[in-house]
Amino acid sequence: MATFKEFRNNVKPNWCPGCGDFSIQAAIQRAAANVGLEPEQLAVISGIGCSGRISGYINAYGLHGIHGRALPIAQGVKLANRELTVIASGGDGDGFAIGMGHTVHAIRRNLNITYIVMDNQIYGLTKGQTSPRSAEGFKTKSTPEGSIESTLSPLEIAMSAGATFVAQSFSSDLKGLTSLIEQGIKHEGFSLINVFSPCVTFNKINTYDWFKENIVSLDGFPDYDPSNRMAAMNKIMETNGLLTGLIYQNTTRKSYEDMITGFKSEGLANQELAITEEQFNQLVSEFK
Amino acid sequence: MISQLSWKIGGQQGEGVESTDRIFSTALNRLGYYLYGYRHFSSRIKGGHTNNKIRISTKPIRAISDDLDILVAFDQESIDLNVHELRPGGVIVADAKFGPVIPDGVDARLFAVPITKIAEDLGTSLMKNMVASGASWALLGLPLEVLGKAVEEEFGRKGPAIVEKNIQAVKNGAEFVLEQAGGPLEDFKLEEADGKQKLFMIGNEAIGLGSVAAGCRLMSAYPITPASEIMEYLIKKLPKFGGTVVQTEDEIAAVTMAIGANYAGVRTMTASAGPGLSLMMEAIGLSGMTETPLVIINTQRGGPSTGLPTKQEQSDLNAMVYGTHGEIPKIVIAPASIEDCFYDMVEAFNLSEEYQVPVIVMTDLQLSLGKQSCEMLDFSKVEINRGKLVKETPPLEGHELFKRYELTEDGISPRVLPGAKGGLHHVTGVEHDEVGRPSENANNRRKMMDKRLGKLNGLQVRDALRIDAPHENPDLLVIGMGSTGGTIDAARTKLQEDGLTSNHITIRQIHPFPTEALTPYLQSAKRVVVIENNATAQLASQVKMYAGFGDKIKSLLKYDGNPFLPLEVYQACKGMSEDGNI
Ligand SMILES: Cc1ncc(C[n+]2csc(CCOP(=O)(O)OP(=O)(O)O)c2C)c(N)n1
Ligand code: SF4
Repeated sequence: MATFKEFRNNVKPNWCPGCGDFSIQAAIQRAAANVGLEPEQLAVISGIGCSGRISGYINAYGLHGIHGRALPIAQGVKLANRELTVIASGGDGDGFAIGMGHTVHAIRRNLNITYIVMDNQIYGLTKGQTSPRSAEGFKTKSTPEGSIESTLSPLEIAMSAGATFVAQSFSSDLKGLTSLIEQGIKHEGFSLINVFSPCVTFNKINTYDWFKENIVSLDGFPDYDPSNRMAAMNKIMETNGLLTGLIYQNTTRKSYEDMITGFKSEGLANQELAITEEQFNQLVSEFK
Repeated sequence: MISQLSWKIGGQQGEGVESTDRIFSTALNRLGYYLYGYRHFSSRIKGGHTNNKIRISTKPIRAISDDLDILVAFDQESIDLNVHELRPGGVIVADAKFGPVIPDGVDARLFAVPITKIAEDLGTSLMKNMVASGASWALLGLPLEVLGKAVEEEFGRKGPAIVEKNIQAVKNGAEFVLEQAGGPLEDFKLEEADGKQKLFMIGNEAIGLGSVAAGCRLMSAYPITPASEIMEYLIKKLPKFGGTVVQTEDEIAAVTMAIGANYAGVRTMTASAGPGLSLMMEAIGLSGMTETPLVIINTQRGGPSTGLPTKQEQSDLNAMVYGTHGEIPKIVIAPASIEDCFYDMVEAFNLSEEYQVPVIVMTDLQLSLGKQSCEMLDFSKVEINRGKLVKETPPLEGHELFKRYELTEDGISPRVLPGAKGGLHHVTGVEHDEVGRPSENANNRRKMMDKRLGKLNGLQVRDALRIDAPHENPDLLVIGMGSTGGTIDAARTKLQEDGLTSNHITIRQIHPFPTEALTPYLQSAKRVVVIENNATAQLASQVKMYAGFGDKIKSLLKYDGNPFLPLEVYQACKGMSEDGNI
């Protein structure tokens, strides 16, 4: 069985020292090893942004696509070969601004993939503009007077879109994050894991210290029941979205793949392409 | 006895125009006639005038006719709007209910059949379509059992009572009109057809069928006219072959999902029209840059913006050839018949994997939706070729990666699918090295650009040009693409009668442009006319840009939403060939 080291390659990430994304990369590598994957069984599909580079830093199959489209690409990969473990990943701009439409519909569709958002509340790669996750009043290069749009709550949106797995974590909590990614991979359906990942270069407000001070862990609520949708929604609102842990999981809804008529458990990519002459003649007969 | 005839039915959308046409023409197909249909419809779902026209012939035909022999009208509007097409002495079969009148000065025979009343007497006005097809059929003096059989198949699953009622409606319509006309119309008697088995289908169905045969197992798409039938066909068929169709949230998702699925090894396509194609542009570049196979169908309709969404046009050529930023290799092919729609899908999927490039198959509304006879399709011609796809790879050592973008002589690199041991590599839309790692090295950049762009050097697809060139030095070379070929040929027959010689080339490989193959024909013709359904002569511009001969090339353009008619093409060609100043 592969160890987390086998999910490492020899590429040096071009992230700034101290960027939260490093720990997310480590957590994915550990989780992949912990659930017993071999590198070739994993496909990491990422968007564009500092965060999007992650697929190039993990020793597995990886596709670094275009801005905001990691999810549709990842869903295509999963539909083509459901035997693969598919992780989609990208920044908050990637998933909640340009790609928000896909995020909501990927949640609704509920294919068995894990989506890890590296949420730094700002645009890193383009050097510091506002994001839908930025707080109101947040000053950036594109909002010199402070953002006047309300902050988007991905957790509430996910819940209302019918998500079957919603979790949130903080990149400093390597252990907790690794465990959530493992649970996400094992979940039979779409799992959203939003991870606070401080941008040390452009976000001087939502820093490591700021998160440490402001987030609450669900570990502090032993009675919390993640299968209770209403309670999950309440908890998100109560904490203003600043909570970590497994917030909601629905284990009763089947994944999309399991609901497609005639869809086999063998990956489509591993099945025979050609049709027989008899099948062909049958198809043709309806046009006679 | 006549060898061909044109029939049209008009009424309000949702009133049974479609189904009358379907029953009538299915039965004609069974008799072995060649058919060519044209659907005129507005983008409203219910209400609004709509009409379907079919041309019936004992010989192969690929164009609508200039005129009309029989017009079936569910309302006066259908008469008023279409009577100008009716040839002198033509026939109008109209519902007696609205008190039909022949407009002043029109030479026509009118049969007022109580279409609605007959249907209602049998239980429901829904059976108007049966009465109308029965009446049409009877006037032509065709065997009623054949029509009855088609009706039976249409309603079979609804039970014998329904079948019987509908057949009765057909019979009553037939009887009524025969009594009024005093028997079948002698001058409308069709010669017997060759009786050869043909298929009768729309281009979109042939595209769907061709895709299944080509091994396509996934389709991701967003509905749009005139592409939706492809998706609707495939959602019925793909599950039987283990695959499926996903209706995505938009065309960006559709195309990127297709890229993901192709990357993972399943032949996947998407289909759309102009507005969707516009949304796909960035992703087409991703496919080109990452050398991931991709097949896109663009069923052209009237643009720009929402344009004329239910009308004929061929104005997306530039968007398909030039669309996406930066420079990538891309193939654009244009089927010109129903048979092409089928075989080109096999070709498109093969090309996309052999060359690892995006392939756009462009149709136009008339080809996508016009129902036509099609020669029996030959399954033995379906061959699946996956190019340099490798299944087994030797194990990788240490941090070694598979050279997915290996620099090879022909520029095409071995491709391996996720899941394969020993195949690990990275894929990115960022410029990359041979194993797919981002690289800004200038030398690498040059090599990779040259590799990708060189892949299509000398490419010739199946029938890149469809050539009908009987003359060594014709007065005219007529060039077209897509659905216009049959109309051009009809016009050429007339030109021939006037003593004007012409050659005809249908350009099927739009990009990369088949310059070398085309040049000799341009050279040998006295004049060249390029015929296309757009306002800016997009095809003619390609011809001039790549092959030259600008001094003898003229354009015939039509962009009012309607397909060319043979007469228009004939007159324009004649004018141009006589114009000494070309
Ligand atoms: C279509 C398109 N528009 C804009 C860009 C430029 N761009 C690249 S990344 C990015 C946003 C980055 O922010 P985020 O997604 O939050 O990722 P981060 O860099 O913070 O990890 C933008 C706007 C692009 N690559 N593509
Ligand atoms: S700019 Fe911010 S998000 Fe990007 S690498 Fe640096 S710290 Fe990380």
